[in-house]
Amino acid sequence: MTVTEAPKIVTSRIEFDDSNTIERFLATGGYDGLRKALSMTPEEVASEVNAASLLGRGGAGFPAGRKWSMLRKADTTYLVVNGDESEPATFKDHLLLERDPHQLIEGVVIAAYAIQAAQVFIFIRGEMALGIERVTQALNEAYEYGAVGHNILGSSFSVDVVVHPGAGAYICGEETALLESLEGKRGFPRIKPPYFPAAVGLYGEPTVVNNVETMSNLPWIIKNGGAAFAALGVGSSTGTRLFALSGRVNNPGVFELEMAKTTFRDLIFDKSLGNGIKDGKALKAFIPGGVSAPWFGPDQVDMHLDQDEVGKAGSMLGSGSVIVMDETTCVLRTAWRITRFFWRESCGQCTPCREGGGWLEKVLWRLENGEGREEEIDMLMDVCDNLAPGVSWPPQQTTICVLGSSIPSSIASAIRMFRDELLIHVKEGRCPFD
Amino acid sequence: MPHLSEDVISRARALVALYPKPRSALIPICHLAQEQDGWLRPEAIEEIADIVGVTPAEVLGTASFYDLLHTEPVGKYVISLCTNVACMLSGAYELLEHSEKTLKIRAGGTTSDGMFTLEEAECIADCNNAPCIQVNGRYFGKLSKSDFDKLVEDLRNGNLDDVVPPHGTLCRIRRAVGLEAVNGTAARPAQRSRRGRKK
Ligand SMILES: Cc1cc2nc3c(=O)[nH]c(=O)nc-3n(C[C@H](O)[C@H](O)[C@H](O)COP(=O)(O)O)c2cc1C
Ligand code: SF4
Ligand code: FES
Repeated sequence: MTVTEAPKIVTSRIEFDDSNTIERFLATGGYDGLRKALSMTPEEVASEVNAASLLGRGGAGFPAGRKWSMLRKADTTYLVVNGDESEPATFKDHLLLERDPHQLIEGVVIAAYAIQAAQVFIFIRGEMALGIERVTQALNEAYEYGAVGHNILGSSFSVDVVVHPGAGAYICGEETALLESLEGKRGFPRIKPPYFPAAVGLYGEPTVVNNVETMSNLPWIIKNGGAAFAALGVGSSTGTRLFALSGRVNNPGVFELEMAKTTFRDLIFDKSLGNGIKDGKALKAFIPGGVSAPWFGPDQVDMHLDQDEVGKAGSMLGSGSVIVMDETTCVLRTAWRITRFFWRESCGQCTPCREGGGWLEKVLWRLENGEGREEEIDMLMDVCDNLAPGVSWPPQQTTICVLGSSIPSSIASAIRMFRDELLIHVKEGRCPFD
Repeated sequence: MPHLSEDVISRARALVALYPKPRSALIPICHLAQEQDGWLRPEAIEEIADIVGVTPAEVLGTASFYDLLHTEPVGKYVISLCTNVACMLSGAYELLEHSEKTLKIRAGGTTSDGMFTLEEAECIADCNNAPCIQVNGRYFGKLSKSDFDKLVEDLRNGNLDDVVPPHGTLCRIRRAVGLEAVNGTAARPAQRSRRGRKK
């Protein structure tokens, strides 16, 4: 048994065609978690979430309960939900927004109650038109049902929820850039310190920023208890998690798996999951947690989808997206495309990111097209060293946000794991995969 | 005579009322202006500035940061073709080359009849359907070259008008509940104090 029998926590409804409607939601226990939360004190709700040790699902893996407890005491506190999902090959929040918008709203109101938020903003990536429509529709229904607005479900708690559309900028996923964007400005990440929006957030007020999937776990946690959630998984990786699998596999998709129990081999090869590599080819390399993460080779495929285990091996589970390369994949082209993405999405505030990203992209493109020289491979590493001194993991930071220090990951991985392949490009004066 | 329609202006004012500070409504209102005009016209920028209480330069300065806000005219259909890593591994660049031939434009260009703008996009979070595209924000996935050509024909002939609204229309569902309450005075829960919390 490679895939455990753990319950589906956030994807329990998506098998239904009408999973986005309030009728289906109510028929499958919807808003029961909120009802239960409102019968508890905010502190009790927060302590269940602490007991669950729910790690943030947005990329950094910070415990949600701990984040809430860091809020500066103030009259006005905001909750902001991060639905910007733009990390390449990450597409799990897309599913939750379109297919179970009421679950998100229920989770959001539970969190708003726990931290006594004055108002909630759900920031949804502007490209996700259907997601925005579905959540807006669900919000209309939730207001009417009494799950949002005044005296929620007959309690004394009131909160307003606003759906806020983004306008196309990857950097707005970074939480301080998101807050700037929500204030109607360019999405420039804020200078740290202050490190946490919990101290200085939206309009300078204490603010919790949590990911869509993080919020979507809350109804189940409150219904079943934090201990039941913590009983799933291993160590600090509790509960289940959505993994987005893409690239050279037969069955790409989003899979909800118990944390830390499943291996990358299961995810890529199991019939019910990735179902193996396309055309029966051999696995060449995979990225374990989004394009910011260093790559792994076939010898690491038996590692578990465990935040700690992957962290110790020098990479991260990050946003939960696993990208598969096979023997037909040119790693240089892959590294180039990832670098091109970061360069295009750099907000331009920091010189190493803005200039370094551009130069790295140009040199990689030359090498890929057989116009590079051998010493340029070392030059790439040298530029990476300026972006993230030591080019180690976790990266040292020379920039305002970690977009800049993420650029070296794919380049260093390609060079360290496949230097010979890069040299063939130089020697033959062309890409051997063309 | 304002450039923005009465309907857009009243929706814009309703948006302003949703936020603790008017400027937060800037980007959502830019989307509304694009819904009316297909792109952000200078006249619209001036009026948006008025509505949220900033200068037109601040609206333009903000809008120009974002890929979805267009300060130049675009086609009725903006085709965003993803070439990011998952799509690239599934033949996106070959599809891009093909689509440039079909539309007889390069990525970044607009057809002379004003129907189509073609863009090379970053990941649009639909990677399990690679290679995939968006037309005005609506998804079409697992596209072969002939699927692409058929889609273009269908769009040209208006067969997909129900699925794909003209460029600029982001959300066809209007916020119905709570809006009046928020527009009013007492109804707004925004300034709830922590002292008011349930014991
Ligand atoms: C460049 C960059 C992009 C990010 N993009 C996202 C994103 O799209 N969605 C998201 O939830 N978090 C994203 N994050 C992480 C957020 O800054 C933040 O840690 C997260 O939203 C917190 O929610 P969580 O604790 O529930 O995970 C990004 C971070 C960086 C540095
Ligand atoms: S690291 Fe890059 S994206 Fe982040 S603030 Fe600096 S320039 Fe902007
Ligand atoms: S890489 Fe193309 S949609 Fe994600």
